[in-house]
Amino acid sequence: MDIIDAFFNFDILSQSWPLLLKGIATSLMLSVLGIPLGFAAGMILALLSTCGHRGARFFCNVWVDLFRSLPPLVLLILLFAGLPFIGIELSAVSALIVVFFLNSGSYYGEILRAGIESIPLGQIEAARSTGLSQQKTMAYVVLPQAVRNVLPDLISNTLEVVKLTSIASVVAIPELLFQARQVQNFTYNATPLMAAAVLYFVLLWPFVRMLSRFEHRAIAGRY
Amino acid sequence: MTGFELFVDGFLNGAVAVEWTPAILKGFVLTVFLAVLVVLTGLGAGLLLSLVRSLGFRFLNAVIVFVVDILRTIPALVLIVLLYFGAPSIGVVMSGSVSTWLALSLVLMAFSEEIFWAGITSISKGQWEAARSTGLGFGRTFFHIILPQAIRLTIPPLTNRTIGITKGIALASVVAVQDILGSAQTAVTFAFNATPLLIAAAAYIILFLPLVILSRRIETRFHWRR
Repeated sequence: MDIIDAFFNFDILSQSWPLLLKGIATSLMLSVLGIPLGFAAGMILALLSTCGHRGARFFCNVWVDLFRSLPPLVLLILLFAGLPFIGIELSAVSALIVVFFLNSGSYYGEILRAGIESIPLGQIEAARSTGLSQQKTMAYVVLPQAVRNVLPDLISNTLEVVKLTSIASVVAIPELLFQARQVQNFTYNATPLMAAAVLYFVLLWPFVRMLSRFEHRAIAGRY
Repeated sequence: MTGFELFVDGFLNGAVAVEWTPAILKGFVLTVFLAVLVVLTGLGAGLLLSLVRSLGFRFLNAVIVFVVDILRTIPALVLIVLLYFGAPSIGVVMSGSVSTWLALSLVLMAFSEEIFWAGITSISKGQWEAARSTGLGFGRTFFHIILPQAIRLTIPPLTNRTIGITKGIALASVVAVQDILGSAQTAVTFAFNATPLLIAAAAYIILFLPLVILSRRIETRFHWRR
């Protein structure tokens, strides 16, 4: 019964439950902050990248590639622990917000750009020739279809943003993993960590199921 | 000091860089080693699972799907911490490097299995039947007929995923591994200067930027024509 005692200890679970719930509330709050922020940053990048200006496109590519090759945790530590040395103090949450903007934004940007580029030029020409302005064409013709075309990737990336909030534990933001580690430190028992893992699973499983069906269709549909 | 001098002293300090670059270089080697290992075991296990799945045992497939789902929902850092702090209580002691390698391999296994499987199912049944009726066995059909076609479709999503997950090696610093980030953080506490962190960021960019650019190339090659 070693395993049950070490990973599924009911006493410890019931003791740590309130803290874990608080942790998950914080995780969700960070997600609610990070998802729109990353999406907005991605939208700016995608629009800039497809506006037809070569310089803008190059800038976006460099930006996106740079922040896709830098692990988010490195970025977070650099902002949180590095900037104070030059007199800029960011709170842990603000540092995390910047990470969402730079890292998650780059991933969203790549996805949205691919979506926009999946719309045939003929549609844009047709929309323009019926008298729609460039902005209206983008807003009413291109973007709705673009988002639909890359919806599975968008959802998948959104799940990654929710999972990314777990690095907040490293800078002592009391989210789910942080709380679980606190209790684990006190009790020398892995149950809270296991509970955190299970909570993540319960929270995200419905989306993964849905995604799995989507992805399947996307790849299978290409032949 | 002016703002610029402060910046140079805190972030681009030559003396600190000279002193701590060798330690970070060691971390770089460890990171590369772990990354290669994660890619090999993760993709290998993922391919193996998708092969088992294509055998079509119902119960076994349900188990595979469930395990893959679990690994797709749990953040890599949670898994690393769970293995590192949890496993000793059932008598399995893992070093930080081993738990990071195992956790990331499992995550990459799950994601790549899904991608391989989607590729395999995209190959029409007729191909299986044709190959089998010419006398090829299951293994040969899988490796010589199905897989080469499936791989082509899966390469763009696969490279993206692999890079994204392998970058997670930086998480090892949380369980006291002296990888690039870990050794840089140690250096910061000793030198009381942020230069090592900037070197670490540069090291990661040197390591992953070529791969990211490569994945962009691959994606454009497989892109839908406008």
